Amino acid sequence: MNALQKISEFFMTPAMKIVMILAALLFPFVASNEYQIYVMALAFVWAIAVYGMNIITGLCGQLNLAHGGFFAIGAYTLAILTVDHGWAFWWAFVAAGVSGALLGFLAGVVSLRLKEHYFAIFTLCVGFIIYLLIDKWEELTHGALGIINIPAPSGFGLVDFTETTPFYYLALVFMVLSIWLAARIANSLLGRSFRAIRISDELAASLGINLMRNKVLAFVLSTTYASVAGALYAGMVRFIGPAEADVVHTFDMITFLLVGGIGTLMGPLFGTLAITWLTQSLQFLEEYRMIVFGPLLVVLVIFFPRGVVGTFLTWRGRRLAAAHETAQKESASEKKPSSNKATTPRNQEAGNHA
Amino acid sequence: MQQVLNGLTLGSIYGLVALGLTLVYGILHVPNFAHGALYMVGAYVSYVIMVDVGANYWLAMLGAAAAVALLAVLCERLVFNPLRDAPPIHDKIAAIGIMLFLEALVQMHWGAEFRRMPTPYTGIVEFAGLTMPAQRILIIVGAFSLMAVLHLFLKKTMTGSTIVAMAQNREGAFLVGIDANRVAMMTFAISGVLAAVGATLFAPINLVYPAMGHLLIMKAFVIIILGGMGSIPGAIVGGLIIGFAEAFGGFYISTDYKDIIAFALLVVILSIKPTGLFTKGVR
Amino acid sequence: MLKINNLTKRFGGLAAVNNVSIEFEANKINAIIGPNGAGKSTFFNLVAGAMAPTEGSIEYQGMDITGMACDRIARLGIARTFQTTSLFDESTVLDNLIVGHRLRTQSRLWDVIINSKRLRDEEKKCRSRAQEVLDFVGLSHIGHRITADISQEEKKRVAFALALATDPELVLLDEPAGGINPEETENLASLIRKMVEHGVTVCLIEHKMDMIMNLADKIMVLDHGEKIAEGTPEQIRSNPVVIEAYLGSDDDAAA
Repeated sequence: MNALQKISEFFMTPAMKIVMILAALLFPFVASNEYQIYVMALAFVWAIAVYGMNIITGLCGQLNLAHGGFFAIGAYTLAILTVDHGWAFWWAFVAAGVSGALLGFLAGVVSLRLKEHYFAIFTLCVGFIIYLLIDKWEELTHGALGIINIPAPSGFGLVDFTETTPFYYLALVFMVLSIWLAARIANSLLGRSFRAIRISDELAASLGINLMRNKVLAFVLSTTYASVAGALYAGMVRFIGPAEADVVHTFDMITFLLVGGIGTLMGPLFGTLAITWLTQSLQFLEEYRMIVFGPLLVVLVIFFPRGVVGTFLTWRGRRLAAAHETAQKESASEKKPSSNKATTPRNQEAGNHA
Repeated sequence: MQQVLNGLTLGSIYGLVALGLTLVYGILHVPNFAHGALYMVGAYVSYVIMVDVGANYWLAMLGAAAAVALLAVLCERLVFNPLRDAPPIHDKIAAIGIMLFLEALVQMHWGAEFRRMPTPYTGIVEFAGLTMPAQRILIIVGAFSLMAVLHLFLKKTMTGSTIVAMAQNREGAFLVGIDANRVAMMTFAISGVLAAVGATLFAPINLVYPAMGHLLIMKAFVIIILGGMGSIPGAIVGGLIIGFAEAFGGFYISTDYKDIIAFALLVVILSIKPTGLFTKGVR
Repeated sequence: MLKINNLTKRFGGLAAVNNVSIEFEANKINAIIGPNGAGKSTFFNLVAGAMAPTEGSIEYQGMDITGMACDRIARLGIARTFQTTSLFDESTVLDNLIVGHRLRTQSRLWDVIINSKRLRDEEKKCRSRAQEVLDFVGLSHIGHRITADISQEEKKRVAFALALATDPELVLLDEPAGGINPEETENLASLIRKMVEHGVTVCLIEHKMDMIMNLADKIMVLDHGEKIAEGTPEQIRSNPVVIEAYLGSDDDAAA
């Protein structure tokens, strides 16, 4: 076992999860300034939305270009209910999630009757309709002025989420919950149904999988993720405008997803953090980031369609298969069953969704 | 009557852009999200040739057509060709990548501000009691002549008929020994020309800015879905439908929501008939 | 088992399948042959529910399944394989098969969220079913491999296994021996026989005539969407209409 392999094994162990969570918990103490904590919290919020996109696009294979729109729907639901109607933050937060799910259901039922390119184009249009509505429907959304003075999440007198560090932990909690649920889904029979659809509609249907029901479910899950992320975002920056619904955000999220690894479990987090920090450290990139991101997307889909995490997983899968075969040969020559035989496939298979 | 003219102007431009899109889709089954960016680049090239070089309008149009055709072929060679056998989601993402890159590049070089493209045809033509700006007449006449030329090209020339053959049956064309690479490049070049000419015609009554292709490309997609993806007459008819719907909708309903009409139409139509208006059962 | 009455499918004005009636018996190997474009694949698509027929009816075990959705038909016990085998390339072979038994399970989103006992039981069930079918097709030794790395013939077998994981009673195989060598074809034929021995009815489309003639109990010949003959391999071999339309003129006869 060489060093690289040892490191790669370590990434798969439960210990790694604990290390990662510990690192996240300690981050505010090692960050050199508050701004870094703020950026990290913002990245967490975006990561939640990217996990949503990963469900419909990564697992289920349907390129949803309205994702940014549903992020905005979450943000606006929260903002309108709290600012214009005086709702308490957390009630409005729940309502934001529900509105994302309901509108997602409606959009899903219509759009998912379309396949592949038609679906992508249709959702692009749905995203644009959302943007136009937010921009023009002034009575509801305040139009181009946006909504200001959105309250921060209420801490019930215990914590003050207007402060950066407490909000950082709040975002962390929501993100960990999101990843946890995403992992549950991906590794379950439900996730397998989604992946079968990703391979091909035809194949999935021939395996008795109800395409419409599963696609709508995946879509609703993804829009719920997006709107919850949007609501958190509104509670964090506390000022939103129609720009939140700009299709550029959807493209950003696709970039995060592709860099990290589409359809993998840690890919969305990895991609979001990596790109966020990259853009932060290269300030001049902020406005022109697409000069780098655009070609990056092209290069990724041509050469590394599975992103960083996915490429790593495939490599590791091959190593394990090879190791397994060696073990089998050895056990065959020794004529006694190897304990590896029972455990390796299981581990490996869990790893493939990690 | 004024609305008819507006509808015709919009419709002919939409039709031109949608034609390029539908040709590429018909041949390669790539929904080229970067097509709007090609349109935008076409407008900038014309602008530069006219304003910075000082050449005449028609020369600028020619230059833009050549430049964008080259750019489109480049995209085909470098991006879409390697992705030919990739899962369908990949070429869409790659197309988006190209779009983002071109927009950012233009924005970096020329800035995000709106520019006005000059035109030699500023006069107003009076005809049968109607006043019509000359540029609009030029758009309508120009767009439809180009469509006619394209039609002749596809029908009468060898290259044209191979393109049509391949659009109708990819595998079949393969078997007959059509050089797929050449046809693909050719198609991209044509779509580039259409986008550039469309941009040069339309920009004088509109504005030139990096995001100018956004709305247009989405409408063009609406049009080719309505008209049946890959269908040439569908793109033209669809373009006119959307053009008229916007001209009349903007006039009778609200100019604020004018841009939403195309999309609302799409949602309504696809909810009723998921395969588009003019498709015949199978895709 | 499967009774087809006057089945017709038109695309525009063209009839891809025209007025075909036939009955397939249980526990037999039924083959459909015919020149390219004879409507074989369309016929399969109609039976599997991938498209609805224009006219006619399909009866499966006495039940009318005409126009029923694909996934419901699969749940009733009709499985199929495709000409091109698409699998999840990045996963292991075994992993690919687990979803095959999904249609026999009930778990929903809620089970996933609370990780219910039902879900855990069903996942175990699916996994053991996957292992079973993998053993059945003789691939248990490569279950841990990444699917992208296995051979063409192995992929064909995995596709069989996937279809079998749905617990079917009727399996539709679309050109199972396409693109593999004669020896592998022979092995695949034995696998098909083994399936029938285990109580599965097989219906296949194939171009390799010697394979069909050795394998099939009953053959239906389609030409231009119409049934021109049916019968045992001997009957088909000596049928002048078939020889005229297909065997004599088509280069497939040489294959």
